Amino acid sequence: MTVNPAGPEPVEAVLEFEDGALGFGGRSLWSGLDLTVKPGEFLAVLGPNGSGKTSLLKTILGQQQLDSGTVRLSGHAIHRGDRRVGYIPQQKLVPPGTPLRGRDLVALGVNGHRFGPPLPRRADRERVDELLAAVAAAEYADQPVGTLSGGEQQRLRVGQALAGDPVLLLCDEPLLSLDLHHQRAVSELIDQRRRTHDTAVVFVTHDVNPVLDVVDRILYLAGGKFLQGTPAEVLRSDVLSELYGTPVDVIRSHGRVIVVGVPDGHDHHDHHDEEAE
Amino acid sequence: MTADDIWGRLFNFANYGELVALVQNSIVAAAVLGIVGGLIGVFVMQRDMAFAVHGISELSFAGAAGALLLGANVVLGSLVGSLIAAVLIGLLGAKARDRNSIIGVLMPFGLGLGILFLALYPGRSANKFGLLTGQIISVDIPQLGLLIGLSVVVLVGLLVVWRPLTFDSLDADVAAARGVPSRALSLGFMVLLGLTVAVSVQIIGSLLVLALLVTPAAAALRVSSSPLVVPLLSMLFGFVSAVGGILLALGGSLPISPYITTISFLIYIVCRIVGARKAAGGRASARRSLQAAR
Repeated sequence: MTVNPAGPEPVEAVLEFEDGALGFGGRSLWSGLDLTVKPGEFLAVLGPNGSGKTSLLKTILGQQQLDSGTVRLSGHAIHRGDRRVGYIPQQKLVPPGTPLRGRDLVALGVNGHRFGPPLPRRADRERVDELLAAVAAAEYADQPVGTLSGGEQQRLRVGQALAGDPVLLLCDEPLLSLDLHHQRAVSELIDQRRRTHDTAVVFVTHDVNPVLDVVDRILYLAGGKFLQGTPAEVLRSDVLSELYGTPVDVIRSHGRVIVVGVPDGHDHHDHHDEEAE
Repeated sequence: MTADDIWGRLFNFANYGELVALVQNSIVAAAVLGIVGGLIGVFVMQRDMAFAVHGISELSFAGAAGALLLGANVVLGSLVGSLIAAVLIGLLGAKARDRNSIIGVLMPFGLGLGILFLALYPGRSANKFGLLTGQIISVDIPQLGLLIGLSVVVLVGLLVVWRPLTFDSLDADVAAARGVPSRALSLGFMVLLGLTVAVSVQIIGSLLVLALLVTPAAAALRVSSSPLVVPLLSMLFGFVSAVGGILLALGGSLPISPYITTISFLIYIVCRIVGARKAAGGRASARRSLQAAR
């Protein structure tokens, strides 16, 4: 073994894209992407359907390779199933009748990847209890997940994603189809985690409003182009008009931001699944 | 042909003297299969693969019929048929819609092949029907040993992949993000399922395999959502159906399979009723607690 005389390099960025490019079905989704996400930073990824938001997540999860450029997690190449990444999927309700209670969903995050006889371990059970407490879901931990509300299920999802003590939380439209109250509760949970544990957050969403107060930076993808900056820098009529290449209005009202005039085919609502297929 | 003739043929098929001589081993084999079938059934339900079970069993039937025609080992023949079907379905049918169409294509082909082999087979007709409707009493001791051995292999295999397979079955997106090797797992599961089906075909026949591989788990899922209770109940139901079926059949002079399928069906009915009552009670108490919360 050789010892690196310089010692380990100081690693600041949790996530780092360098000149990243990715295509989908023969067309370029984005290219020349330089992106740095620091510990504790909350990055919202916005953009219309088909702009490559889900592909970006898949790249970070190691499920998809960049066409060119590099992506690193805490200074190292990405590999699939990295425990340092927590993943909160798009809200997909668990069907009633699924043999899974709240605590079991969280437990999948703790030991679901582990091969071997499924013998109960005290350490696992304690970890699950800890996580349930951290997301305030202990109350319904023993109920079948299929009988829980979308908000309750999503809380459990946050707990599940935190199981590996991640340095990076990847959230794929986690607030979709939640009511306002639960949207706030779930985003507070995520915000709280990054403040207490310095966990970086990459948060894909079609609607920035539920997280507008906690977002540090925005990566806005559209039509093969992207731009990044603080919400004040990005969510402006002139900036987005240039990105879309057509006049777009950013309207602010009662603390909400609404983007109006996004061209056809850039439907601003979620049809995320098509891209995910 | 009168009803008495039909009765008489069924009676001849179940040769009582032979049955008594072999019954002990048959019961052991049925017990092991009941347990393994109940266990793998939980995953069959979670992965929505009841149709796949049926498809595999028809190709298993074709393999067994082919072996019968060639004078080869019937269990091995059915094993080969099962595994080919299971791997094909596993490789070509990753998505549910593809899978169903592939099974729909394979199933009649397998059944037709089996019928062809049986039509060419000059031997006793009891052997022929045995493959479709069960023939545990006509399986000899070395073959019973093979069946039990295969069941144990499946049992151990399932325990090894238990958690990742559960993760992949119930929460595929997050499992994939976690690095669970979903493709390898699903192929491995298909192989285990193929082995189980091959064993089941010998015991209750290719047409009735679902009674041990789906019904017990479906019943268990009606009454519980615990990932521990469901498999345990399902194994119990499979065990009771298989062993109870043989024990009841001994007293009469009918084939064993209808006893097994009937017991397993009755258990399902009871579980449905119990489950419906529980759900009604649960809703009522949920309403009460909601009102209390307000």
